[in-house]
Amino acid sequence: MEKNYKIKSEIMDSQAIYRTLTRMAHEIIEKNKGAKNLVIIGIRKRGDIIAQRLAEIIKKIEGIDVPVGVIDITLYRDDYDLNKSKKEISGSDIPFSIDGKDVIMVDDVLFAGRTARAGMDVLIEYGRPKTIQLAVLIDRGHRELPIQANYVGKSIPTSLNEEIIVTIGEQKEKVLLVEIEKN
Amino acid sequence: MAFKHLITLQETSKQDILDILNLAKTFKEIILKPVKKVPTLKGKTVVNIFYEPSTRTRTSFELAAKRLSADVLNIAISTSSVVKGETLIDTLRTIEAMQIDYVVIRHSVSGVPLFLSQNIKSSVINAGDGMHEHPTQGLLDMFTILEKKGKIEGLTVAIVGDIAHSRVARSNIWGLTKLGAKVRVVGPSTLIPKDIRKLGVDVYTNLKDGLKDADVINILRIQLERQKKNLFPTIREYAMLFGINTQKVKYAKPDCLIMHPGPMNRGIEISPNVADGKQSVIEEQVTNGVAVRMAVLYLMGGGKKDEVVN
Repeated sequence: MEKNYKIKSEIMDSQAIYRTLTRMAHEIIEKNKGAKNLVIIGIRKRGDIIAQRLAEIIKKIEGIDVPVGVIDITLYRDDYDLNKSKKEISGSDIPFSIDGKDVIMVDDVLFAGRTARAGMDVLIEYGRPKTIQLAVLIDRGHRELPIQANYVGKSIPTSLNEEIIVTIGEQKEKVLLVEIEKN
Repeated sequence: MAFKHLITLQETSKQDILDILNLAKTFKEIILKPVKKVPTLKGKTVVNIFYEPSTRTRTSFELAAKRLSADVLNIAISTSSVVKGETLIDTLRTIEAMQIDYVVIRHSVSGVPLFLSQNIKSSVINAGDGMHEHPTQGLLDMFTILEKKGKIEGLTVAIVGDIAHSRVARSNIWGLTKLGAKVRVVGPSTLIPKDIRKLGVDVYTNLKDGLKDADVINILRIQLERQKKNLFPTIREYAMLFGINTQKVKYAKPDCLIMHPGPMNRGIEISPNVADGKQSVIEEQVTNGVAVRMAVLYLMGGGKKDEVVN
């Protein structure tokens, strides 16, 4: 079921997304003193695309190929009983060991924090990382769990009837702030 | 789309079948990983209640539930109150009073799972009822075909053996025809129901004709326990005419898959060389059974609106 929404403002265009990710890549390298021990894991969907972008930018800066993996957190969510649509699960794919690594977990929007919580559960099944750090393109607030991102592209204060739409990996890349219309 | 019960493939929509097969792919990845477990159904309880013997189906459901982190209860009928004369519905209501979520039931009487689903609150999964249906076997057979052949539409599937007594055959026929396969039933005329053509299948009483150009041969077990009416003269004669050996496999396409729902009567409906041969996917079927049942359990639960908290 498609939601009806009204666009309130365009927060980023593709240029702005690129600049923001470049800044985040620099922060990640700075904080971890290089990229040697890094792996980047994106949360489906869109987090995996942002993870790939970050890895490309880090390669330009440091000349290192950082391994990139992807996780699907659907089966680890805490709202199984509430969720009616269960059709799509794409599965996780981390074709390398994350033991002792500094794992950068990437998502597009940080909201309640429940996705990040589930993401950590998935990662810990794959091994024992040295650290798990969270990188998000947009932090829209309204946390329901004690979770905070280490790297934030942009913080956008929102109200609960608004939503952030990230179109990345599509033709026209942008970040939109929209208002959900009640029908 | 979440559904509440799984009783037949006759009543399951094509879309639901496709969703199950699609999700089973993801669950297969999970059961092949070192940590074969996800927390999705934590706190749910699955009860296996089998009024007929079973190894693989019961074990498969148990593993599927455990790999989704559900708790599993197995009820052995021979040591239960059923032997004291308790009725089916009383047994089930007693178990249900202990707060369970799913009932997986096998029964020798056709229609028992449907009857149960109308009388208890839990989700009911049919694990085989009489000569009616065995929907998860049908699904895992389809999943195996899809995985090996890349498609189901347009394939020719020959189901060989005792069609009359087979719930596996019926679930396969309903499912495969919905997905666009051409289904043939092959066997002695005494083991083929008169009206089976109405289900959209072709009937062959000659094995060679029935296997010609087949992409899949699904060999049914000769149910020795149900052969009391002399429907064929001797086991030996059946094995000679309809038992699949390496020679007879050649009637079908060279890359034809060999399937069997188990347990096998080696040397009767299938020769050991065929059962263990290159074209056999019989063990693969067992592995896939767990993945398919995980997909079924996953899709059946949840979506209970009255439990919404936030």
